[in-house]
Amino acid sequence: MENTNYLSFNKYPKVFPKEVLFPIWLTDVDKLELDDSVLCYGKGKSYGDVCLNENRTLIDTTNLNHIIGFDDDTGIIKCEAGITLKEILEFTVPKGWFLPVTPGTKFITLGGAVANDVHGKNHHTAGTFGSHVTEIELLRSDKVTYKCSKKDNKELFAATIGGLGLTGFIKTVEFQLIKIETPFMYVESIKFDNLDAFFDLNEESEKLFPYTVSWVDCSTKGKKMGKGIYMRGRHATKAEVNKSFEMKDGALPFPIEASFINNFTVKAFNKLFYGKQFSKLSTQIVPFEPYFYPLDMIDGWEKAYGKNGFLQHQFVLPYENCRKNMHLIFEEIVNSGMSSFLTVLKSFGKAESPGILSFPKEGITLAIDYRMEGEKTLRLLDRIDKIVAENNGSLYPGKDARMSREHFHQFYPNFEEFLKYKDPNFSSSFYRRIK
Amino acid sequence: MIKNIYVFGATSKIAEETIKNFAKDGANFYLVGRDTDKLEIVKKDLIARGAGKTEVEACDALDWNKHPMTINNADKAIGQLDLIFIAHGTLPDNEGIRNNQMKVIEEFNINCTSVISLCTVASEYFEQKGKGTIAVISSVAGERGRQSNFIYGAAKGGVSKYLEGLRNRLFEKGIKVITIKPGMVDTPMTKDLKKGLLFANPASVGKQIYKGINIGRDVMFVPGYWKIIMGIIKSIPESIFKKLKL
Ligand SMILES: Cc1cc2nc3c(=O)[nH]c(=O)nc-3n(C[C@H](O)[C@H](O)[C@H](O)COP(=O)(O)OP(=O)(O)OC[C@H]3O[C@@H](n4cnc5c(N)ncnc54)[C@H](O)[C@@H]3O)c2cc1C
Repeated sequence: MENTNYLSFNKYPKVFPKEVLFPIWLTDVDKLELDDSVLCYGKGKSYGDVCLNENRTLIDTTNLNHIIGFDDDTGIIKCEAGITLKEILEFTVPKGWFLPVTPGTKFITLGGAVANDVHGKNHHTAGTFGSHVTEIELLRSDKVTYKCSKKDNKELFAATIGGLGLTGFIKTVEFQLIKIETPFMYVESIKFDNLDAFFDLNEESEKLFPYTVSWVDCSTKGKKMGKGIYMRGRHATKAEVNKSFEMKDGALPFPIEASFINNFTVKAFNKLFYGKQFSKLSTQIVPFEPYFYPLDMIDGWEKAYGKNGFLQHQFVLPYENCRKNMHLIFEEIVNSGMSSFLTVLKSFGKAESPGILSFPKEGITLAIDYRMEGEKTLRLLDRIDKIVAENNGSLYPGKDARMSREHFHQFYPNFEEFLKYKDPNFSSSFYRRIK
Repeated sequence: MIKNIYVFGATSKIAEETIKNFAKDGANFYLVGRDTDKLEIVKKDLIARGAGKTEVEACDALDWNKHPMTINNADKAIGQLDLIFIAHGTLPDNEGIRNNQMKVIEEFNINCTSVISLCTVASEYFEQKGKGTIAVISSVAGERGRQSNFIYGAAKGGVSKYLEGLRNRLFEKGIKVITIKPGMVDTPMTKDLKKGLLFANPASVGKQIYKGINIGRDVMFVPGYWKIIMGIIKSIPESIFKKLKL
């Protein structure tokens, strides 16, 4: 039977598990049979096949959502790995604590955040999620639970962060939260005219703001290629929030409307971009949700791509020759006419990722959605991968359903090292594709 | 103010999602369930969320002889109880067991007899104290017997009817009796059912129950739309209903 509850977020590839295990309590986890080919499945918010295990076993972790301990003095929290970032935030934000790093959706599990070593808008100041993890309890198929940290089992710790679920079952994660004064963000949104302008603005903004990200247009050629909106922010202070309530701020310039996937939305973007209501620079105080999780507010937007699903493609290019290479890639994308609207440009900082297979490294990263149109889409992405590979870049496995085996090995030269720590009984569709 | 809470079936998802909200208010808990390892997990979670004194005790629902003791122990451990919350239950495979006499009796005992046993002890306790709240998780399944779910439905129907009378009896004594009728909730208990649009998220169900208990509602359907759905189902004449595949 095809169990369509266990696909990935972009509904591609359409492959199904043979069986799904469903532990409800941490005490059930120790009793699981881990002697076949198994893989943990969190919220399935990966784009691609790192969370899929075709014709084999998946373990749904989402019932393991308890908090185990929290220290309000230090901001250290320990939870079961199936808890979502949403549940964590609901608990910590009222107490004045925030996630050290968060991806663009809060509907993911803690285990997923570790296994893909996720990054957020503050990569240039905070590194990846894994950098803030203090301890992981990992159950392996030898039935032993390993406490892993920078001190104990440190190789297994480094393999498990960004380990794509292949090192075993992450039972619990302990990590460090950051202190916030308010649940609001101070945000400056700035228009930029093209890619070069982005690079300049980014250099300046990185020094001034802990959070930066921009939305870019991938459909305009010529002098305005890569125009967009740069959003830089930080957690707002109490004084700022009080003042802003008196002044009544507007909404964030989020360029997405109901059916943003088609050309209409490029128009919507242009309207916003060239419109009067949004000046060159605007500053606002907004709640943290629309700043960090704009897509979470549009229920089911991903279904707008239709039943064939879509692909997300995210690469990073090191700074060397980055402007030139990014131009080359933009030309490929613009000329193909295939990019959708949802294009995110951001920089990764110097912070070394803690995981052996972690994706982020210093440079500029671009994430784009493409409607899945078969060969045509795949060929475009192959062309981009080639440029990325030739320039020491890399691709995000958590958002991949099609990179070639050769490219993977080129992007991840430490893969052989990683394999020493892989659990022999854990596997995934992604793993079998690239190994 | 509900401060001291006794929970039977504290490891049920709906119970957990409900009492998390009371933990935030700093309530004290006495958690009863079958498995102490699981109860310890719930206890830690509640304490992290702000619960005060929290103790656990293992007791099987069918072990009715022990029911009075657990309430006594709770009173000793965390002080005079404000709320006795009864939330345990199992969802049997109706078709699989309907011709198995012993199984049917067992399911009925878990979902009805044991609940009435606990309510009896709880009313006695609160009558002595002169105040308190008894809140019980029944089910929309108890509103009308259906071919797909009548064993569970009969048990829950029994519970709902019993509570109706109990509420009436205890009203003048200042003791509240709250009947909670959840519809389909996406929990481990329903994992084998096909999940349609009507399935509610346990966290939001828990929050609604928390609010309802605090306000002291008599009967609540959660989510609220089940009141309408069950109203319609109940209004179908039996001569037609018996032919339906519900
Ligand atoms: C709208 C949207 C925005 C996003 N933005 C970002 C972003 O800004 N930055 C970013 O880095 N990512 C981003 N992502 C990707 C997402 O954060 C990651 O794919 C994340 O890992 C998904 O977590 P999940 O719980 O859904 O895990 P799944 O997708 O279910 O699984 C992901 C991996 O984690 C493993 N895993 C899950 N739980 C466990 C466990 N308990 N033990 C062992 N392994 C486990 C799985 O085996 C799999 O390999 C975004 C995704 C969406 C849909």
